[in-house]
Amino acid sequence: MKKTIPLTLIFIAGLLGVISFVIPHPSYQVYDEWIRNDLLRVLSAFAVVLALGSLLRVHFDKIRRKRKNWQFSWLLLVAFGASAIIGLFGGVAADGILPTTIGSFPFDIQTLYENIVIPLASSMFALLAFFMASAAYRAFRVRSMEATLLLGAAFIVMIGVLPLGYSISQHLPGFVQWILNVPNVAGQRGIVFGIALGVVATSLKIILGIERAWLGGGE
Amino acid sequence: MNISTDPWIWISSILSLAILSFLYRENPFFRAAEHIFLGVANGYLVTFYWHRILMPILFRPLFQQGDLLLIIPFTIGILYLTRFIPRISWLVRIPIAIYMGYWTGVLIPATIQAQIIKQVQGTVLTSANFQSWNAGAWGIVWSVIVFIGVLCTLSYFYFSREHKGVIGVTSRVGIVFVMIGFGAAFGYTVMARISLLIGKLQFLLGDWLGLIR
Repeated sequence: MKKTIPLTLIFIAGLLGVISFVIPHPSYQVYDEWIRNDLLRVLSAFAVVLALGSLLRVHFDKIRRKRKNWQFSWLLLVAFGASAIIGLFGGVAADGILPTTIGSFPFDIQTLYENIVIPLASSMFALLAFFMASAAYRAFRVRSMEATLLLGAAFIVMIGVLPLGYSISQHLPGFVQWILNVPNVAGQRGIVFGIALGVVATSLKIILGIERAWLGGGE
Repeated sequence: MNISTDPWIWISSILSLAILSFLYRENPFFRAAEHIFLGVANGYLVTFYWHRILMPILFRPLFQQGDLLLIIPFTIGILYLTRFIPRISWLVRIPIAIYMGYWTGVLIPATIQAQIIKQVQGTVLTSANFQSWNAGAWGIVWSVIVFIGVLCTLSYFYFSREHKGVIGVTSRVGIVFVMIGFGAAFGYTVMARISLLIGKLQFLLGDWLGLIR
């Protein structure tokens, strides 16, 4: 029962997913919209509750056992608790029961998002520029034909999309566009075919109950 | 020099510098900023799901408007939380099965349509494809290169036979196309990251310290 019910449900749900594509009739689409907009969106919200529960459990456990760098877990918990309370009771547009300004200092959830989440996310991605440059340098040291092609294409694309590229040669932007449209498309399309076949095969294995890793351990 | 007096700009700047300090090496400032980021991002997530999904789609229609059909998603959703009760934790498989099953089912025809049929249509040598380049006779040449490139790339990923003879040659040609594709993607990604870095420096030197306009 512990495996049969989930495997039966995944088969039925999978069939409903396929049917939604092959029956575009309005009478069926009403049911399909209910599944997508009500059922699955609510399930995704509860999945987030589960994910957050796991996150909090991991950090409480880290603090309780005083694992390495446990002090920083307090920071995460305080930041999470404060922003969740501000967001839940202060409202998305600062329209909740909790006041979200002190004088002219706003601290509503949108302000927190714009001044903490966005700048830190962009800083982390900006940081990757340096690591990518160092990866490119290491790849170039290999001195193989493949590494040279990769870096050559990357270098031409980088220069070609800048105004500097046009200053070097007025044909360079056109050449970059040709690289993107012809050899790049050929290579990417070959890879996309492989990925697509893999996606279809794996999806079928999941729906038909051949692939069962998602059931997790235990009975 | 015109330093900002906005406390939020100071907070953003100090936290951004803490993240960028990772360039030197991993340090407590980076760790602190990283944990604050995770905490606030997840707090925002809770807010978003509560105010944008759970309240308008589930709780308000169910408890205020009496839409009893919503008892179904509510009950199935609650089963996610059984994960924390070891005796009945297997029930978490039910919402996972429904969610994953539906989207996996949707994925099959969508993938076949968009990533196989449409891509084959764009690859085969037809007059419509020749003309789609808007390059006159060169359109035929570009289409032939794409056609050969796709076949050679596929042969490179064909591992059921040893890459010798004809397959050896085609796979060598295939890797050329693959590497150019990776290079182009790499170049674009680096440019995107550099533009983020430039934006970050403009924020720190302009909005925060007022050194540049």
